[in-house]
Amino acid sequence: MTTPPADNFKQWSIPPESSAAQAIDAALARIGQHDSAVHAFLDVWSHDARRRAAEIDARRAHGDDAEPLAGMPIAVKDNICTRNGRTTCASRILENYRSPFDAHVIERLEAAGAVIVGKTNLDEFAMGSSTEHSAFGPTRNPWNPACVPGGSSGGSAAAVAARMVPAALGSDTGGSIRQPAAFCGVTGLKPTYGRVSRYGLVAFGSSLDQIGPLAADARGVAAILRAIAGRDPRDSTSVEEPVPDYVAELDKPLAPKRIGIPREYFGAGLDGEVRAAVEEAVAVFERLGARRVEVSLPHTDDSLPVYYLISSAEASSNLARFDGVHYGHRTAHPADYIDVYSGSREEGFGAEVKRRIMLGTYALSSGYYDAYYLKALKVRTLIRDEFLRAFEACDLLACPTSPFPPFRLGERTEDPLSMYLADAYTFGANLAGVPAISLPCGFTASGLPIGLQLMGPHFSEARLLRAAHAYQRETDWHTRVPPGMA
Amino acid sequence: MAEFVARPIIGLEIHVQLATRTKMFCGCPLEFGAPPNSRVCPVCGGLPGALPVINRQAFEYAVRTALALNCRIAALTKWDRKSYYYPDLPKNYQISQYDLPLGSDGRFEISAAEVGDAAGAESTSTAGTRAVRIRRAHLEEDAGKNTHEGLDHTRVDLNRAGTPLLEIVTEPDLANADETYAFCVELQRLVRHLGVSEADMQKGHMRFEPNVNVAITFEGREYRTPISEIKNLNSFRHVHDAVAYEIRRQVAAWEADRDYTLDKLGKMNFGWDDVRGVTEFQRGKEEAHDYRYFPDPDLTPVTVDDAWLNELRGGLCELPLTRVSRYVEQHGLSRVDADNLAADRASAELFDAAVAAGADGRTLARQFLSFWAAEANRRQGTIAKLGVDPAHMADLARLVHEGLINATTAAGVASMLIERRQSPTVIVEAEGMLQVRDEGAMERWINEAIAANPKAWADAKGIPKKAQAALGFIRGQVMKLSAGKADPRMVGELLEKKLRE
Repeated sequence: MTTPPADNFKQWSIPPESSAAQAIDAALARIGQHDSAVHAFLDVWSHDARRRAAEIDARRAHGDDAEPLAGMPIAVKDNICTRNGRTTCASRILENYRSPFDAHVIERLEAAGAVIVGKTNLDEFAMGSSTEHSAFGPTRNPWNPACVPGGSSGGSAAAVAARMVPAALGSDTGGSIRQPAAFCGVTGLKPTYGRVSRYGLVAFGSSLDQIGPLAADARGVAAILRAIAGRDPRDSTSVEEPVPDYVAELDKPLAPKRIGIPREYFGAGLDGEVRAAVEEAVAVFERLGARRVEVSLPHTDDSLPVYYLISSAEASSNLARFDGVHYGHRTAHPADYIDVYSGSREEGFGAEVKRRIMLGTYALSSGYYDAYYLKALKVRTLIRDEFLRAFEACDLLACPTSPFPPFRLGERTEDPLSMYLADAYTFGANLAGVPAISLPCGFTASGLPIGLQLMGPHFSEARLLRAAHAYQRETDWHTRVPPGMA
Repeated sequence: MAEFVARPIIGLEIHVQLATRTKMFCGCPLEFGAPPNSRVCPVCGGLPGALPVINRQAFEYAVRTALALNCRIAALTKWDRKSYYYPDLPKNYQISQYDLPLGSDGRFEISAAEVGDAAGAESTSTAGTRAVRIRRAHLEEDAGKNTHEGLDHTRVDLNRAGTPLLEIVTEPDLANADETYAFCVELQRLVRHLGVSEADMQKGHMRFEPNVNVAITFEGREYRTPISEIKNLNSFRHVHDAVAYEIRRQVAAWEADRDYTLDKLGKMNFGWDDVRGVTEFQRGKEEAHDYRYFPDPDLTPVTVDDAWLNELRGGLCELPLTRVSRYVEQHGLSRVDADNLAADRASAELFDAAVAAGADGRTLARQFLSFWAAEANRRQGTIAKLGVDPAHMADLARLVHEGLINATTAAGVASMLIERRQSPTVIVEAEGMLQVRDEGAMERWINEAIAANPKAWADAKGIPKKAQAALGFIRGQVMKLSAGKADPRMVGELLEKKLRE
């Protein structure tokens, strides 16, 4: 059998001459071809995807207007609830969990005609930067199977990189969409906090979590965002803010005139090849007429500890419900009632999740709250204010997505702190609540992708996408496909 | 043993279930007695991915109550998570309010008339009420219900999980079991009056947790016994009995051991065994939970503006105890009578409407507490539910007040009013019930009664010891001869005059 070509998904709605069934078959064929090596998927919904595609084709045969994403195959990170299949969060504790409801984003995608083809791998409960902390085995980087795809949305990023699907959903709490997008050479957007409903996203750090799209290019990201953005009364933190037509906005002239370069994101610890690629990308914007502005975000170094305190504190509470009492894994022979809890959690959670729960529980404990959690909240406010001030001096911030290119499996698992540094440049956007996008801007000498991050003020997704699109018209990094996967 | 003085210190935590149609953070209906786990959704079941949304009605009910408790309403309130592991708590945290409760620094008047315990030496205001300070009032969600079956089986019903609860915490201003009891009763009346809770004790709509300790003065030193929190009482009598018992127990414990103090032992939790009539130790301060409160990131803070508060304040109407005091002052009623009149809000409003229509307050009150109450009881309802026009009630009161009919006739007219819906004046004229005030007719009946009972008349005139009773008998005979229509006051006056002749 020949695999459909990678450029099968250039069009974001099905070309008139093809059918939803053909699009889904092509995606399933590429998954079948490549996923045994990549392990992007935890579950593939072959049967249901084909059935859905047939329904869409039948509707079109009746002359109904095609929905904007009609027949588009989409992969969904497995911490987003789906009525179909399981929602495991790549954790033993939810290994057999079936959600009785669809997340808001699933409803919206399906209403737009998209077809979910499966659930993708992640670091357990989205805690990690390499997808190695999955209870069901790591995902590999399609560009080099010895390297990690980044994380925690590593499965979604790898699935798009290998062109198994044109787009995927991820979630981003501290960089979990952007960093794997950078590592896998795809485009990924973390929307403004409140832009996309979190209803149905299994919470990790509720005040930081956002669902967002990953696709080969800005156009794909815009098409998905247009479908999933908007106020949802079931999520009190989702915001009543008009949703522009992100796809139509792409072709407007490049508005940002001032590109801010935050000096703290170019300091010690930044890999030389990454620096060079990002500098070259900034030069492309200058050629497009933008002016380079030096700005400073002095609390950048504080974002890592602040992020870990806040996200872990929230996680320790969000994950308390996984107790073996109501659903999920329960220890086989509890000694007593307390052991139902401790035994089930001991067996059900992996080491990284336990580490965060311990950290978060400690930070919220009486006597420590003020020194850790409360202080972190205060610094978070400083960081947010600092971003808002920076956006008075510039229209967008440009910087590397990650300080270093993809690393090898196992390289950082023994040293959690070195792993945490992979997200050093992405925490800021989550803490400030602003949108940020990562897009491919080059490769290392050994052929590994490098990501450029653009950050903008709250609700400036259209501006970010327009800038990304303008860049992608000038460059071809986003069109490259991993070796052997063309 | 030397004399000592013991002064109980009592505070209350009360949970009031709000009478909303749906739960605090989801759309599940609140229904008592539904099959287990049939009123549960992903939100109140704590499923992964589900998010809470505030029930606006619950928030309004809570603010309304806090206003009635004279609380300061926070311009901004937020929601916090209170963490503890328990099978009936699906998320293993409860959404509550920690450091920014919606109401604080309030005061609630209770009727001092209901206070009468020997241990209490409290000051009361001249209005016969006593103020208890309210520390805070906040909203939270209820947990589900565990049913233990033997030692190794527990069933969990989550129908109740997510029910809106208003938690009210008083300052330790209560001085004894009777006063604590009175507070609970008055609070029940308040929330019913406000329409924010059915406050049905049978259904667990009100749950009480008294905090009790005792300050003991002995040989010039003050000792404080450890604070006992008595958990989860759901009847007024249990509150009374548990508090009374706990006071006695603590004093006895201190008498046996001078180290039985708050400093040494802190705060302890107790349960109440109503069958044995004793409190039972549950846990001490060492086992106290660290609830790890922190702001719930799933919910945005609520801002309260003055316009809305004023609107709510305007809708509060007169509170039950204010009404009682007004009845005492305005109509010269006893506190007990005023209290009874104000017991049911709709009936009290009917009373006020009849007074506004011209009724004399005292006369009307007597009628409310006698025949109108009797008619209501006969129909197992309230006076308001009899459906009588307040103008007709006022008319009936006027007929009695002006001596046109007597009380017995009025009672008869009252029962006719319920069916006929005619004005009492029309009824008494049509039925010939108006009192006779014609001196000639009166004279005839009196002479006839004296002639028929010469012995009684002699007693009335000559034997002081028997005079009162004899005169009463003669008066009764006169009324009988007049078929109840003679004006009793005129009969009395004429008889007195005759005696002196």
